[in-house]
Amino acid sequence: MFGFLLRRIAVLIPTFIGVSIIAFAFIRLLPGDPVALLSGERVMSPERHAMISAQLGLDRPLVIQYFDYLGGVLTGDFGSSIVSKTPILKQFMALFPATVELSFCAILIAVALGIPAGIIAAIKRGSALDQSMMGIALVGYSMPIFWWGLLLIILFSGILQWTPVSGRISLMYFFKPVTGFMLIDSLISGQKGAFSSAVSHLILPSIVLATIPLAVIARQTRSAMLEVLSEDYIRTARAKGLSPFRVVSLHALRNAMIPVITTIGLQIGVMLAGAILTESIFSWPGIGKWMVDSVFRRDYPVIQGGLLLIAGIIMVVNLIVDLLYGLINPRIRH
Amino acid sequence: MADTVKVQPVSSAALRRQMLSEFWFYFSENRGAVIGLWVFVALVIVAVFAPLIAPHSPFEQYRDAVLVPPAWMDGGRMSFLLGTDPVGRDMLSRLIYGAQYSLFIGLFVTTLSLTGGILVGLIAGYYRGWVDTVIMRLMDIILAFPSLLLALVLVAIMGPSLTNGMIAIALTLQPHFVRLTRAAVMTEKTRDYVTAARISGAGSFRLMFRTILPNCTAPLIVQATLSFSNAILDAAALGFLGMGAQPPAPEWGTMLAEAREFILRAWWVVTFPGLAILITVLAINLMGDGLRDALDPKMKRS
Repeated sequence: MFGFLLRRIAVLIPTFIGVSIIAFAFIRLLPGDPVALLSGERVMSPERHAMISAQLGLDRPLVIQYFDYLGGVLTGDFGSSIVSKTPILKQFMALFPATVELSFCAILIAVALGIPAGIIAAIKRGSALDQSMMGIALVGYSMPIFWWGLLLIILFSGILQWTPVSGRISLMYFFKPVTGFMLIDSLISGQKGAFSSAVSHLILPSIVLATIPLAVIARQTRSAMLEVLSEDYIRTARAKGLSPFRVVSLHALRNAMIPVITTIGLQIGVMLAGAILTESIFSWPGIGKWMVDSVFRRDYPVIQGGLLLIAGIIMVVNLIVDLLYGLINPRIRH
Repeated sequence: MADTVKVQPVSSAALRRQMLSEFWFYFSENRGAVIGLWVFVALVIVAVFAPLIAPHSPFEQYRDAVLVPPAWMDGGRMSFLLGTDPVGRDMLSRLIYGAQYSLFIGLFVTTLSLTGGILVGLIAGYYRGWVDTVIMRLMDIILAFPSLLLALVLVAIMGPSLTNGMIAIALTLQPHFVRLTRAAVMTEKTRDYVTAARISGAGSFRLMFRTILPNCTAPLIVQATLSFSNAILDAAALGFLGMGAQPPAPEWGTMLAEAREFILRAWWVVTFPGLAILITVLAINLMGDGLRDALDPKMKRS
């Protein structure tokens, strides 16, 4: 297992270096003067230009600049936003819990509904229930989620007036963020109604973000179950008189879950991409919205740092999924 | 053991016809796939004959008909079947012209990423060694970014436009084709027929493109349909974020972006463009499922 871990990490290092080169090169690829782009100042005297250039280290050879940048990144210095002048890592840390909270609720919905739906569809293969569930899953899989979010806003916020349109909590409530997770913080604050306000803000974005992973998980679970159910050992289990429930829950599910867990892991990347759209629609103050806003503000250092941080997180998550996969499926380790 | 086998010469045209009919047999067993195919054909017809079908120009602004609801509602007009948008353009006509955008985006992006992916994948799988390592690491790097984020950033570099958006999306979809081609080439390469071709003097180029590639097409076709629908979704998402096709283009995602502030006042400006995206993507995905079942030998019940 330790050797497996080391091998996985060894593969990760060149990928991370490549990702950092892309994030580094991206500002140099932009049309225009990187000094102006990185300092955010449009008009400057030649002296000031030279000064800022030296200050940012842009007058040195590219290779040195890259290692400088990489050194900064490895010690947690991603530079500063040119709009708000605050360090990028600090901004990221402040916004990241919002995205984690949203993604966590979404993946919870997706797993809690997707896996049972897939199992039932596989057991009742070919039935009307199977067909309608898989039909719905395909619609979910094909859904433009930015439109889906707008539809839900029309229905639940516009017509029914059940849920708020945007944000994480009603402006009536104010408390210091302790964990950064609104659901927990609102409980800690002890203010009446704060928790339910947080939940009502969270529910629509979670549904929207869960839609595609839910469909993917349901489809994957179904096909994995179908494959396992046709195996000989399932026939044996049935033949020796085990109840259908025992066959499915003990013998089939364990093996069918192996590919499903990989699928769930792969959905993390999908989630972060989905968060860009979902957070934009619901004005959810997370890293997805932060990235879109930065693209619009041409805040290049933030785009650069955000790109690297998000790619890094996805790589770490994929590593964890790989390790889990090795843990539950010993065949893969060698 | 001198068995003599009488070989029936089969002309390649007959063989192809037989393969096609076999394919159609498995494809048409999937009812959803056939429905998807018909919807897709209808969309192609709508896109091609858009100038003949659309009742109005997609750009003409009728100043006396701003935010007119669909014809069946109170205040709707027969001349604007699906109503008009905030500046008085006919929704139906814009949706019809929008089909041109979406299908073109799907076709362009898929062609670009498919040809690029096949080329790179063939090279990686055929030559192996350091070439393969470098290529696969590069693909890993692209896959490390969420596709929409990468497309968004690329568009931020190159400037927001439909062309740049399509190139960016093609780049993010390409690694899937590279991986598939490479994997298929690696398994095919050791087969006897490839060795036979090599011994009879076929060059690398011929071996790659004429001998190996035709036998790797099944997974590529399935992936191509997936890319087609992904490209449409991603391009619409970019348009929705203001980073794809620019107004006044009647691209469905861009139409949604323009309509956003009216969602609580005029449901039709939001509902129809999204519905058009959903139907298109759904039809293609239905087709993709059918193709996968028809082309995957494991799924065939003989």
